Amino acid sequence: MTSPSARTAETTGTTKPVGIRRKWTEHGLLFVAPFLITYSLFLLWPLVSGVRMSLRSDNITGSGGEFVGLDNYAEAVRDPDVWSSMGNTVWFTVLSTVPLVVCGLVLALLSHHLRVVEWLWRLAWFAPFLLPSGVVGLLFLWVIYPSDFGFADQVLASVGLRPGIGWLTDERYAMVSIVLATVWWTVGFNFLLYLAALQSIPRYVYEAAELDGASGPRRLWHITLPLLRRTTGVVVVLQVLASLKIFDQVYIMTGGGPDDSTRPILQYVYQAGFTGYRIGYASAVSYLFFALIVIVSLVQLRLSRRRGEESG
Amino acid sequence: MGAVLATGALTTATATTAGCAAPSGATAGKTRLRYWHLFGGGDGVTMTGMVDAFATAHPDIGLEATQLAWGSPYYTKLGMAGAGGRAPEVAVLHLTRLAGFAPGRLLDPFDLDLLAGHGITPDRFPPDIWRRGQVDGEQYAIPLDTHPMVLYYNLDICAKAGLLGADGQLGPLRGTAEFLAALRTARRHTGVPALTTETIGPDAATPWRLFATFYSQTGGEVLSEDGKRLALDDTKALKVLDFMARLAEEGLMVRRTDYPGSIGVFNDGRTAFHLNGEWEVTTFKTSGLPFSMTRVPALFGRATVQADCHSFVLPHQQGRSGASNEAAHAFTAWMLKHSADWAEGGHVPAYLPTLADPDYLRLTPQSAYRSVINDVVLDRPAWFAGSASLLWIELGAVFSGVLTGSRTPRDALREAKARLRQLLDTPDPLGGTGGSA
Repeated sequence: MTSPSARTAETTGTTKPVGIRRKWTEHGLLFVAPFLITYSLFLLWPLVSGVRMSLRSDNITGSGGEFVGLDNYAEAVRDPDVWSSMGNTVWFTVLSTVPLVVCGLVLALLSHHLRVVEWLWRLAWFAPFLLPSGVVGLLFLWVIYPSDFGFADQVLASVGLRPGIGWLTDERYAMVSIVLATVWWTVGFNFLLYLAALQSIPRYVYEAAELDGASGPRRLWHITLPLLRRTTGVVVVLQVLASLKIFDQVYIMTGGGPDDSTRPILQYVYQAGFTGYRIGYASAVSYLFFALIVIVSLVQLRLSRRRGEESG
Repeated sequence: MGAVLATGALTTATATTAGCAAPSGATAGKTRLRYWHLFGGGDGVTMTGMVDAFATAHPDIGLEATQLAWGSPYYTKLGMAGAGGRAPEVAVLHLTRLAGFAPGRLLDPFDLDLLAGHGITPDRFPPDIWRRGQVDGEQYAIPLDTHPMVLYYNLDICAKAGLLGADGQLGPLRGTAEFLAALRTARRHTGVPALTTETIGPDAATPWRLFATFYSQTGGEVLSEDGKRLALDDTKALKVLDFMARLAEEGLMVRRTDYPGSIGVFNDGRTAFHLNGEWEVTTFKTSGLPFSMTRVPALFGRATVQADCHSFVLPHQQGRSGASNEAAHAFTAWMLKHSADWAEGGHVPAYLPTLADPDYLRLTPQSAYRSVINDVVLDRPAWFAGSASLLWIELGAVFSGVLTGSRTPRDALREAKARLRQLLDTPDPLGGTGGSA
């Protein structure tokens, strides 16, 4: 994955460090110590301790368990709830990633070309992202989605459509409703990444194309989109990972219902660990999920590398 | 709808501010008494009033009351506090959660002599409920109340529909035929389904409570007495599930409403009946709705009803003894003796002398259904059962499907049995009495 700063460095070609010898010093260690300590304490240690717990029958209080080997994993693989909630998670990721990437791009293009009150568009599209998940969940739960008297139904009724949709209470609509809320809430982040990338495309490229007589759509198709390819790679990777980690908005809006049809895997982990007290089993389920994320990341890495080779 | 929103917002606001509240009062030179509870909304207000009254009456005790979020988060915190030896001196626990809560390890038993010194003796409680607080001959939980499901009804609609007796109250409804007829009559007068109850929503528990109530009336058992074996009777369960499905199919019950929605619809005076726990009595009294409430009618034979009890427990402390422990006993006894105040929130006091207390009898409609205390059915003592438990969440989701029409009764029964078997096969993670011990 390419970080934005590395990308800037590549395009400008001026900041590459020269003449600095990479040498091990105690001073260096001192400088990175705060990061190393935090990293070990809050990432490495829980990671290792989680593996240890997943091999034990520990309960929530961290005691009373014994070593059970791979029993927890075997149980998780046989547990239909693990597969159904894993399926819900993947389904949400599929449903949400496409609109979040496409809308982010479209909004960035609009904002980039709308030269009137620029700040307003940026604010309007990015603002929802600043809201805490609890606020977003309750906003949609109480204001937007209630059947008959919710904002969404009122809007539909005003254009003559049949209202009374069980946005969050009907198996057919619940997941889509959560996707809609999530798109509204988080599209600002992708929008921002795209906008930054758009602004870094040099003007002279367009000017040259214009001189050659390229129309607007042609310029978009042959200049803008290819030059945004790297950004799209980053946006897709980040988006897929963010969508796989869905928890808050579902927990608040549907609690995983109706009839577990929106319950994501992380909520099942929460239920097994915190409601069912089986922290060992919950750890095993979360490591299965971890494996899924690693696989998805590897596949994406492979794809983006291939894309990079093609374009580079 | 405005009322629903406002109530919801208010509850959240109360919960938030109360959750952050610092321990009250200076505690220097006083006996420290920490108390954890999970009461929000109207119950939270009542409990805070009682806590303040206790503190005023006992200036030598430094009481620190902490209100935590209801449900599984509460039990997670209580369990971890007990395991870490940093538990409060006294806490509230649903009686049905006792079996899974590792009495003897996460909870300490009460000293019955100390309680007797404060005038609290076993003969002052319904025997069944008192016994549910016992494990291996020790008393781990002292019941404060019982909170059963009840039937709320709108007086105006029922009067117009001719359903009220000469005393202005709902006459007895016996059997499903009479109940369905009453619902149909009420629907003719309002034009909308006559009954509302929570059928859907995050961690919806009512579908399970509805099933548990009607199924208990058939005389059936979900689990064996020790909570270790599946005892579900297919014929009886299907009879109940068919009835639940029919309520929605025939348009007699609002099909898809979450908890606040079901209260909002009844509170707006749109439906004649509402099935829920008795604790919502304060909501309807506050709104000025013309309503009354009664026991859930005996539709399948016996007049039993699903319920749970709030009880006091002593979370495990290393070396529990001394003045703080005595204060915990004194606090429990004081709360029981003042449970007429607690009953304002709709709960039926478990302390029998209160049931004859004029202050309690004056409470209407709260005291009208007090006889239910003899007919309450609590979940069997299994580690996964009880309020906000895995059983409620998992079976609530399954039975919700019957009410909304997404599952057939037969499919729901199969799924419920599969989930129950899975829970039964899982050893009690806390090692309480419900499982391996």
